[in-house]
Amino acid sequence: MAKKFQRNDKRKIDEIRPMEAKVGVVPSAEGSAMFKMGKTIAIAAVRGPRQVVPAHKQKSDRGLLRCTYDLMSFSVNDRKRPGPSRRSSEISMVIENSLLPAMDLSKLPYTSVDLYVYITQADAGTRCVGINAASLALADAGIPMKELVSAVAVGKVDGNVILDLDKFEEDQGEFPTDIPIAMMPKVGKITLLQLDGKVSQKELDEAMKLAEKGCKDAQEVMEEAFRVKYDLDGGKKE
Amino acid sequence: MTSKLLFKEMGLVIPGQELAAGMDYLPGVGTLRSGDNIVSTSVGLGDVNGKVIRVIPLKGKYIPKVGDTVIGKVSDILISGWRLNIGWAFLAGLRLAEASRDYIPNDADLSRYFNVGEYVVCKITKISGTKFIDVTAKGPGLRKLGKGRVISCQSTKVPRIIGKQGSMISTIKEATGCNITVGQNGIVWISGEDSKMEFLVEKAIRKIENESHKSGLTETIGQFLEENK
Repeated sequence: MAKKFQRNDKRKIDEIRPMEAKVGVVPSAEGSAMFKMGKTIAIAAVRGPRQVVPAHKQKSDRGLLRCTYDLMSFSVNDRKRPGPSRRSSEISMVIENSLLPAMDLSKLPYTSVDLYVYITQADAGTRCVGINAASLALADAGIPMKELVSAVAVGKVDGNVILDLDKFEEDQGEFPTDIPIAMMPKVGKITLLQLDGKVSQKELDEAMKLAEKGCKDAQEVMEEAFRVKYDLDGGKKE
Repeated sequence: MTSKLLFKEMGLVIPGQELAAGMDYLPGVGTLRSGDNIVSTSVGLGDVNGKVIRVIPLKGKYIPKVGDTVIGKVSDILISGWRLNIGWAFLAGLRLAEASRDYIPNDADLSRYFNVGEYVVCKITKISGTKFIDVTAKGPGLRKLGKGRVISCQSTKVPRIIGKQGSMISTIKEATGCNITVGQNGIVWISGEDSKMEFLVEKAIRKIENESHKSGLTETIGQFLEENK
């Protein structure tokens, strides 16, 4: 049944949209990156470690990671009203929580690392693309990380579990299901798992398998961005 | 189990990349131990020194360390000391007793010693939780900086600007005849007879910054200085 399913853009079920990553796109920031997945583009910039404002929020035992996520008003077909919204504050928190397990901020007490993620073009999967851009930007800023966190969305369209939905697929069917997943593929830890819709146990297992492959693919693209930036063939032996 | 290195020395490493397998190697700066392996935690150049593996970062903000000699800008004068901006999230404190070898009387005008906006070479003596940083201006080479040009560069590039046993910095000094002081926080003070030479030093430092991950840099810079003199 699943094998007969044809995707709109002729992709395979476990195929991500074409990806592109670039590091250092905002020269004035300590670290920055652009990540592109199909038509979805995110830009992330990191400021800090710097003084926490307001000061009462600073922690004496650890540094803070503070994320701001938003869509640019021109990123979607209908103009997005600028400024924070319920959706953007939630996704800011989600991005923050998905990156924190990979970081150790205990060596930077009293400070905050401020992360800004903006979507310049939205075509579904913005939080996943945002997480990818954000973890690249953090690594570029020299913030210690256990691994580059990578994310990808899995969805269910007409009963078929497929990887990396675009907007067209997301709007298909009566009950579209969306499962954004972020993980540290090398450590084998999941840092984000959201579910919007309904799935069975079997479908979720299938989704996790697809996501693992997708995250690995995304991570490779992210790592390549650093090799391109520094014009080195990579530190791997042979 | 035999231990082995999994990366090319002075090659680019990325967070999460396995650098060595086995317990014979020790994790240094920019790495951590994960099970039996050593894993990188930052983007940089991998380096092995004996048993210790470390990653020399390519980018990042200056994080103060006790013993670092830094160049700070006086940003505030207090009742009994100064506050210096050393390029970190918090200002460093220079106490009266640590400011000068001379006796400073109680009613002295502190701006006569270090005025706001002036640059001071100082050494970090104490850090409490990254927030409270004490510096001293007493010691060999520690002083107020006079006439000259102050530029700031990436603090991660400072070891390259100085070079092995100071080879790079002495090449630049010899070629241009300028006095140069480099702070660990990436602030560089250049003073020469000729402002043209000061500019040349700045250009050379920018070149080092951009090409810091390449090898044979001292020769390249020597050549660059000769050509542009």
